[in-house]
Amino acid sequence: MSGNRIAKLSLQLMTIIEERSVNNLSAIPKEEYLYKCTSACAGCSSSLCLRYVLKAAGPDSVLVVPACCTSVIQGMYPGTAMNVPVYNIAFAAAAACASGMSDAFATLGRETNVIVYAGDGGTVDIGIQALSGAFERGTNFLYICYDNEAYGNTGMQRSGSTPLGARTTTTPGGKPTAKKDLDRIVEAHNPPYMATACSAYPLDLYKKVKKALSIEGPKFIHILAPCPPGWRYPTEKTVEMGKLAVKTAQWILYEREFGKLTINGPSKAAMKKPAPLEDYIKSQGRFKNLSPEIFDLMRQQVEQNIQRLSREEAGVC
Amino acid sequence: MLTIATGNKAVAAAVKAARPGVIAAYPITPQTEIVEQIADYVTDGDLESRYIPVESEHSAMAACIGASAGGVRTFTATSSHGLLYMHEMVHWAAGARLPIVMANVNRALGPGWNTWAEHTDAFSQRDTGWLQVFVGTVQEAYDATLMAFKIAENERVLLPVMVNQDGFALSHIMQSLETVEIGDFLPPFHLPHAIDTENPCGYGPMTGPADYFRFRWDIERSMRDARGVIADVEREFAERFGRTYGPTEDYRCEDADVVVVAVGTLGKEAEMAIDRLRDEGVKAGSMRLRWFRPFPDLDLSGRDVVVIDRDYSFGFGGVVAHSIRSKTGIEPYSVIAGLGGQEVTYNDIADFVRNRRPGEETWFGVSDHV
Ligand SMILES: Cc1ncc(C[n+]2csc(CCOP(=O)(O)OP(=O)(O)O)c2C)c(N)n1
Ligand code: SF4
Ligand SMILES: [Mg+2]
Repeated sequence: MSGNRIAKLSLQLMTIIEERSVNNLSAIPKEEYLYKCTSACAGCSSSLCLRYVLKAAGPDSVLVVPACCTSVIQGMYPGTAMNVPVYNIAFAAAAACASGMSDAFATLGRETNVIVYAGDGGTVDIGIQALSGAFERGTNFLYICYDNEAYGNTGMQRSGSTPLGARTTTTPGGKPTAKKDLDRIVEAHNPPYMATACSAYPLDLYKKVKKALSIEGPKFIHILAPCPPGWRYPTEKTVEMGKLAVKTAQWILYEREFGKLTINGPSKAAMKKPAPLEDYIKSQGRFKNLSPEIFDLMRQQVEQNIQRLSREEAGVC
Repeated sequence: MLTIATGNKAVAAAVKAARPGVIAAYPITPQTEIVEQIADYVTDGDLESRYIPVESEHSAMAACIGASAGGVRTFTATSSHGLLYMHEMVHWAAGARLPIVMANVNRALGPGWNTWAEHTDAFSQRDTGWLQVFVGTVQEAYDATLMAFKIAENERVLLPVMVNQDGFALSHIMQSLETVEIGDFLPPFHLPHAIDTENPCGYGPMTGPADYFRFRWDIERSMRDARGVIADVEREFAERFGRTYGPTEDYRCEDADVVVVAVGTLGKEAEMAIDRLRDEGVKAGSMRLRWFRPFPDLDLSGRDVVVIDRDYSFGFGGVVAHSIRSKTGIEPYSVIAGLGGQEVTYNDIADFVRNRRPGEETWFGVSDHV
């Protein structure tokens, strides 16, 4: 057994031990890798997620960041709000850049984590080719898409991940088409680990990042990251918005390890008895004046997702 | 070792000798043979590199950027549409100061689809901050590729280098090739700004005008320093391996009244035209432009100059003719020839010289007067 393999196994063991012990937020390391001097908007949940991602990843990690809000959030040269190396790269290129970096580290015998932290636009739209290529090649890295459901950096235009009916600056009448199902696209690449997460559940996110990084190969985490200016809700409601997304089963928390699906705690309950979708829709300005027809379609979509994932978990798909 | 090889195989052999840590590439005619040959080397264990078969050229350059920043020597090869597809990342590689080496097999651009030689692909990248060298023989393709790594990785340069050769006219032509034992000609890869998690830095974050401006100037300063570094590396190469190169390859230029300036295989073809013209008593010489970026200082004063451009900048003129005009103040006779692989023989080139009209532009085979 090679030294590398032993190191990986002991890491997995440590992760299991740690998972048992990290059952509340106070057990998450105190070290900060994202300082308070970011230039994120008030109530930005994606930067909150990044903070937990880095706590889980630790200092021997490199973040690869395509053009997105995170390019701005990290601060302006020569300052930086980040305490790990951040490699900024062109909008479409994050997964490919990470691919090269991961191979370079392997050549040098380094175990450094290579983590892409990309927006939804950089993932489901312009970056999807590079993402697909890197997953097909089995690149050893973790790709995290934080999904604020629009192009935040450029002022909230629609992305392929914008949900049906949502108003953005390029869909002023509401988006006429549904959100692209990124997770099923990634799933089609059969990665060893993929998961969804939500900014309102940081402990869940922390554990998922830890687990992902203990596995060799391409890993994927899709985080729903509510965005006050984009979704048009008051900044102090950011955590509540994430909770609502999960409780209404609009967003379902799950993991798929080597193909096996596990629905995570908060979503188990929500899938059995989802909170009224209206609670989620009505609290966001982007869904203002949503027609009853569109609302019905959205409800049907939630129902379909619940059915599909329940069947898969029960092994009847 | 003396063998025979194509231009493509020569590049692959040089890459094998340079031992990059990561190679990321995507196939395109007429370059494909390079990446296939390298894939064979890696598979057969003749080259201990990681080969990333990316899904596009944009990703090929992005992967090279990630790998180079990660601290290993990197190489890619492309051509024509592949080069244009990666354009955004071509700029990025230079701006990030990464010593990536890329072979570009010069080919025309569509539409219509045309896989033959033309230099418009490389010249369209001239403002990216890459060093660009054009070769004329199989041996030179090998030698220039080896030297490219050493030049790019020099700490006074730290810019990527593109090694250009003509599609088919050289990439698929067999000539003799002498490979070398490189010994310590290439030192181990060292990148001063390689990613170091013990010293976390931001790479390429948002940058205000004052700092951005300084970084741009720093690229130009390195371009200027590169002239000296290129000369040093070419001198060392000559001392070690016995083959001499310079910014141009001059042929019978000393006493010439008229000089033909051309790039790539047309520059070699011109040498035969010069012999013919000399036989007729015309005091002609040729100057094959090797380095295009940084652009060399040329001594052409007092002579007629005939420039052959296998490229065109629409609405303006031949790229090389314009460069000569702006660098030397000389009004050349500008011949546009060889686009899309058009055949241009030494007889044709001799005719360009005989019929020259300094200050004018001619499209070979199209304009009435050639
Ligand atoms: C090739 C290219 N096209 C367009 C842009 C402009 N641009 C920068 S970031 C961005 C949107 C990013 O959206 P997303 O990936 O969702 O991240 P977010 O800003 O929402 O965090 C766009 C359109 C760019 N930088 N590069
Ligand atoms: S636009 Fe949204 S995602 Fe971007 S920084 Fe502001 S709150 Fe965060
Ligand atoms: Mg977004």
